Amino acid sequence: MLLDSYRPKVIVTKIGLDGHDRGSRLVATKLRDSGMEVVYTPPWQSVSAVVRLAAEEDADVIGISSLATDHLLVPDLVSALHDAGLDHIGIIVGGIIPDDDEQTLLEGGVHRVFHPGSSLVEISDFVRDLAIKSRTRSLRKFQVVSNEES
Amino acid sequence: MKKAKVVNLSDSGAQNSKNLWEQQYNQLLPEDRDISNRSGIPIKPLYTPDDWNDENYADKLGYPGQIPMTRGIYPTMHRGRTWSQRQLIGYGIPSDYNERLRKLLDAGNNAISLIPCNSVYRGFDADEVDPKLIGTCGVIVNTVDDMDRCFRDVDIAALSTAMNDPLPFTLLALLLGVAARRGIDWNQVSGTSNQSDYISHYVANHMFFRLSLEGSRRVLVDHIAFCQARVPNWNPLSVVGQHTQQAGATPAQAMAFTLATAIQYAEDCANRGMDPDIFLERFTFFFDISISFFEEIAKCRAGRRIWQRIVRERLGAKNPKTWRFKFHGQTSGVDLTRQQPLNNISRVSIQALAGIFSGLQSLHTDAYDEVLSVPTEEAARIAIATQNIVREEAGCADVIDPLAGSYYVESLTDQMEEKIVETMDQINAVGGMFKAVESGLIQRWIGESAMRFQSQVERGEQTIVGVNKYQLEEEDSVAEPLKRPTESVIQSQLESLANFKANRSQAEFNSALSQLQSAAQDPQKNIYEAIVNGVIGGLTHGEVVRYVRQELGFGQPQMIL
Repeated sequence: MLLDSYRPKVIVTKIGLDGHDRGSRLVATKLRDSGMEVVYTPPWQSVSAVVRLAAEEDADVIGISSLATDHLLVPDLVSALHDAGLDHIGIIVGGIIPDDDEQTLLEGGVHRVFHPGSSLVEISDFVRDLAIKSRTRSLRKFQVVSNEES
Repeated sequence: MKKAKVVNLSDSGAQNSKNLWEQQYNQLLPEDRDISNRSGIPIKPLYTPDDWNDENYADKLGYPGQIPMTRGIYPTMHRGRTWSQRQLIGYGIPSDYNERLRKLLDAGNNAISLIPCNSVYRGFDADEVDPKLIGTCGVIVNTVDDMDRCFRDVDIAALSTAMNDPLPFTLLALLLGVAARRGIDWNQVSGTSNQSDYISHYVANHMFFRLSLEGSRRVLVDHIAFCQARVPNWNPLSVVGQHTQQAGATPAQAMAFTLATAIQYAEDCANRGMDPDIFLERFTFFFDISISFFEEIAKCRAGRRIWQRIVRERLGAKNPKTWRFKFHGQTSGVDLTRQQPLNNISRVSIQALAGIFSGLQSLHTDAYDEVLSVPTEEAARIAIATQNIVREEAGCADVIDPLAGSYYVESLTDQMEEKIVETMDQINAVGGMFKAVESGLIQRWIGESAMRFQSQVERGEQTIVGVNKYQLEEEDSVAEPLKRPTESVIQSQLESLANFKANRSQAEFNSALSQLQSAAQDPQKNIYEAIVNGVIGGLTHGEVVRYVRQELGFGQPQMIL
């Protein structure tokens, strides 16, 4: 599959209650300036709203920014995406995440946790790779479905 | 004994010496790097009487407590009364808060704070949000009963209480409800409505932004008018530079935004017929103190000088108490690093020192582990000890405005002032701060500054120890797991809320609610009075915010990249 020139689609959002957005704005701006298509939402999204948006936008990656305790909702998001048949979507989390919780997130299907001090270039490179992997997974899923149909 | 030579600028000898120094400097350092501070002011290697001289003393500095206030707002400053050490407290349910508060009071504190849970910030009662998210970052306070429990066996008339209480100020309403219940006159209730600056929430810290921009504009003025008439020892407003600077604004921009915002609020009050000589006395400010040491000191000194000029010349206040630029400072969390976290103790010490030299009235020092998680008790204790060490061991508060007269600090104060005024002029030109945030101008400026700073860090032009320089191969993590209330504690809080709702008088509730709705619909009425009466009549925090949002609109920040 020739995905080298693929333009990834990324949702940058905040779920739960917090509203600090310096990090999410910087990341969203960097991803956009690196040529990705970015859907940037207001804070306080519900898990179901993010799932709906991911389906409508056919997103490759969802980036969740959490500066308080909202990362505790991420496992709910992972399972809701799974239930909606969107488990090919890559998930990254950025912000203030205690070590114990990071372990739980990574074991629960989050692809990477970025802490304060992470470089935007590193984040953007990671997201591009992750997006191509998710797109590949999604295409495979689609092919399986079409084969079954034919 | 040989007399010291008096350096005179017209003295050709002095000029020759300076020329010689310049020559030597350029020879030894032919490729000197360009250095600018965070506000973009170029920093020279040496400052001399060519940059600032004492002939300007009366105009630019004066004496503490006198115009132009550069050297401080009180004649005695920290020598007379030390700054308040107001640390943030809030965790769990009201009984947890009460326990912590009483410990602090027993230890001699009288300036206290109340930090509510994030669910409260967003305008919800505990039964409206996912239980996973409540009680970790602050205390759950939804009803007059909850507030009463927070202050059980505590004399609220003897305290100065700073509450993080965004519009429409439900926590103050609950506190006044407790005072009424205990027969305490509202004249005796003192403290500050922190997080009352809705403009800073609209552009930067959205967590606190609850009502539409227009709705907020009305509620704030109603609140200031109500407090002035009924709770005269309460500071109804704290104008915040901290949010915009934490979000990425430069120190000069953050000061300019704050002053422009204060002008907006003052003019909104004056347009309602209120007297600047009275309401301005209760305006307070809140700034971020970053690690850019000299720049922060210059920022605050310049801010004091600009504010007294605005208050006298533009707002026409004659009461000298209104000329005082009273501010709280918080050391910057953005400067702290997750890498080698104990280094943050050094950073906070430098920030605290900058804050003290800048002449603040109240200081919060961040815990070193803030970047890892909600601070542990040990880290919070070190943060307080840092202030005590700076003040009592190092003697840094013994002299008022000790850096005054430094060629560098005075020249930088002047240049920061110019830069701040320039930005304020640009805001004036678009019709003031309200218009400037409505159009997204301020948000774009903040975003650009945040990106500029981040790029400097990534290019290595701005060193951050342990992040882009002096990194360790292996990081030792000291992150403690987050302290969370147990499920049974949260359950008990939910039950007490359910009991409160079940036991309140339905007739009183209905009447409180209809009064609130009619006040919201009639701009001639004071909506804040209806809110205070509302919680006394049995409305909960979440209900007040919900009904006010229904009437005045939900606060939705603009998303600008």
